[in-house]
Amino acid sequence: MPDIVIASGKGGTGKTTVSTNLATLLAERASVVLVDLDVEEPNSGLFIKGATEKFREVRNKMIPEWKADACTGCGICQKVCSFHAIVKLGKDIMIFPELCHSCFACSELCPADALPMQPIRMGETTLSQLGSLTFVESRLDIGQEQAVPLIAQTKAMVAHELRDTRYRIYDAPPGTSCPVIEASKNADVVILVTEPTPFGLNDLGLAVDTMRKLGKPIAVVINRSGIGNDAVEDYCHTEGIAVLAKLPNDRRAAELYSRGECIYTELPAFRTELEKIAAFVRSLPQGGRP
Amino acid sequence: MKEIVVISGKGGTGKTSITASFSALAAGDLVAADCDVDAADMHLLLKPDMALAEDFYSGETAVIDPDACIACGRCYEACHFGAIHSAEGFYAVDPLSCEGCGYCARTCPTEAITNHPGKAGVWYSSTTRLAFTMIHAALGIGSENSGKLVAHVKKQARAAALAQGKPYVLVDGSPGIGCPVVSSLSGADYVVLVTEPTVSGVHDLKRVYELVKKFNIPAGCIINKADINTAIAATIRDFLELEHIDQLGELPYDENVTRAMVAGLTIVEHDTGALRETLQDAWKRVRLHVDSSTQK
Amino acid sequence: MKIAFTAKGTDWKAEIDPRFGRTDYIVIYDDVSKVLSSIDNRSVEDVAHGAGPQTAQKLFDLGPDVLITGNGPGGNAATVLQKTQLKIFLGAGGLSVEAAYDAYKKGTLATFA
Repeated sequence: MPDIVIASGKGGTGKTTVSTNLATLLAERASVVLVDLDVEEPNSGLFIKGATEKFREVRNKMIPEWKADACTGCGICQKVCSFHAIVKLGKDIMIFPELCHSCFACSELCPADALPMQPIRMGETTLSQLGSLTFVESRLDIGQEQAVPLIAQTKAMVAHELRDTRYRIYDAPPGTSCPVIEASKNADVVILVTEPTPFGLNDLGLAVDTMRKLGKPIAVVINRSGIGNDAVEDYCHTEGIAVLAKLPNDRRAAELYSRGECIYTELPAFRTELEKIAAFVRSLPQGGRP
Repeated sequence: MKEIVVISGKGGTGKTSITASFSALAAGDLVAADCDVDAADMHLLLKPDMALAEDFYSGETAVIDPDACIACGRCYEACHFGAIHSAEGFYAVDPLSCEGCGYCARTCPTEAITNHPGKAGVWYSSTTRLAFTMIHAALGIGSENSGKLVAHVKKQARAAALAQGKPYVLVDGSPGIGCPVVSSLSGADYVVLVTEPTVSGVHDLKRVYELVKKFNIPAGCIINKADINTAIAATIRDFLELEHIDQLGELPYDENVTRAMVAGLTIVEHDTGALRETLQDAWKRVRLHVDSSTQK
Repeated sequence: MKIAFTAKGTDWKAEIDPRFGRTDYIVIYDDVSKVLSSIDNRSVEDVAHGAGPQTAQKLFDLGPDVLITGNGPGGNAATVLQKTQLKIFLGAGGLSVEAAYDAYKKGTLATFA
């Protein structure tokens, strides 16, 4: 069952538009799970209307908790923390949860077992169902700074619980840094969504470099085709990257999107292009990589 | 000297295009900083000369010396990030997964593991084609975007503005709500929020505004593509009023914005009509609010 | 008594650094031995997160009774310092270490709650 990641270098190119429309189209005929991994600003759910929430789970990160009675005051914990999350004030140990990266070094190197790791909340995951479309969303709490652990836990949950779904589509965060790496590293194929403008081209180049470093097969979808110039298409041609579809530039698409509505059911020209992406996905070997 | 930071929560709302336009309008009075280091685009409009380029280091990556490695596997067991794997009888670190915690190095009985400062990217000090200084950067692929590079870019921009006697530092901020945004907001005197009247735009605007409130920074908002959904535009105005966020202006959905970008120009250089006027008014309002706020 | 200052330099004429976590130097004056010493905190620039706790740890290890600074410690640093017996005074930003010390003795600096 292929794992398809929808990503882009630049934000706002249409990642969520493509992932939600594609998932809905595929779900007309098969079981699909759409996973929103943009945990800082998850908004695919706004486009999946009428889904029934099946469960909501708090997601935790592991943080050390100081047991004063067991502590010998050796100070090893403070010395081994690379993130300045532990301060030793005489006999007292203070821990800063938001600085902790959950490396477990202090806990496991403590000679007195005085720092057991405990779960503390960082966000939550919800799962909803609409026909044969399962929608999973993870949301980082405001003030939490690390997206990667939540993305990793969400992927693990999907791999475990939703193994038998025919298609798994992941809406990745924008950019090329750690959260995108985490979201994409187990993908069978990465579809990069771009727009045919100078910003789109610039950020597509960054995204292509990133995915190549991860060794991922890449395909491109050009959104708002017609709005700019041919540079993106020329780039793909030169780089030997398949352009799966060119979604047409249409103000009506922007209006439908603004209302959180499905686009392909209303705009036939959009549907024609979206079907090309669906055909590509359907052609992927069931084992995974193309 | 006042620092103005432009953010959006959601990507693609027009943050960079609008920041570049402001910079063109105020060219003699500012130093610009592109803090969207993960996918920087402002340079495409401002053509900085990259006169000074410096490597930037952040975080560490563990490296295992295969000659010293006895393949005991203690590092593999210690690593909670799955960054260590065995290869040809020895263990090796995957730099893209290494969190730089240093735990593995502490467990190695033969001291085969060392921590190396990671090159996270490059930062530049440039003069743009509009003759003002711009500080910008490029984050390396898969680098941690902790906000440290953002902090560095801002620090350099502030120093340049002070040295040149410029009254403003104008910052193109990062999308999202994580570390780089927090870093973009730190020390700001005024925040410009750029949004669009879509369900996603409103959702992300409210989330990022929670962060702005925590920092207690006065803010204003520009609604871009305002006419694609008048109902949502109205709810945004209500939200702005409720939260006492200045209403700086509204731009219509206009393909001239893209035409300007394709031509390599800011909107205000390319357009001579309503778009330009709206942006001029918005910038005037920003300056009014910023200049009248209490001195630092 | 030991009095600590956040400073941009290492002598009496140095300007007080208004920041705590990212202060360039911590200057300590021992009013018994009359010795002025300092530690260099500038490596904090390399720290992405946790500057506050790191500097608070360094300060604590120097054993001061009083801290004189500008804007005051941020969230995390404040959490650490509030657990100590340290008396913290604010508002010295822009003054020289010497002038800040005088202001402290005259009681014209604000206290940090």
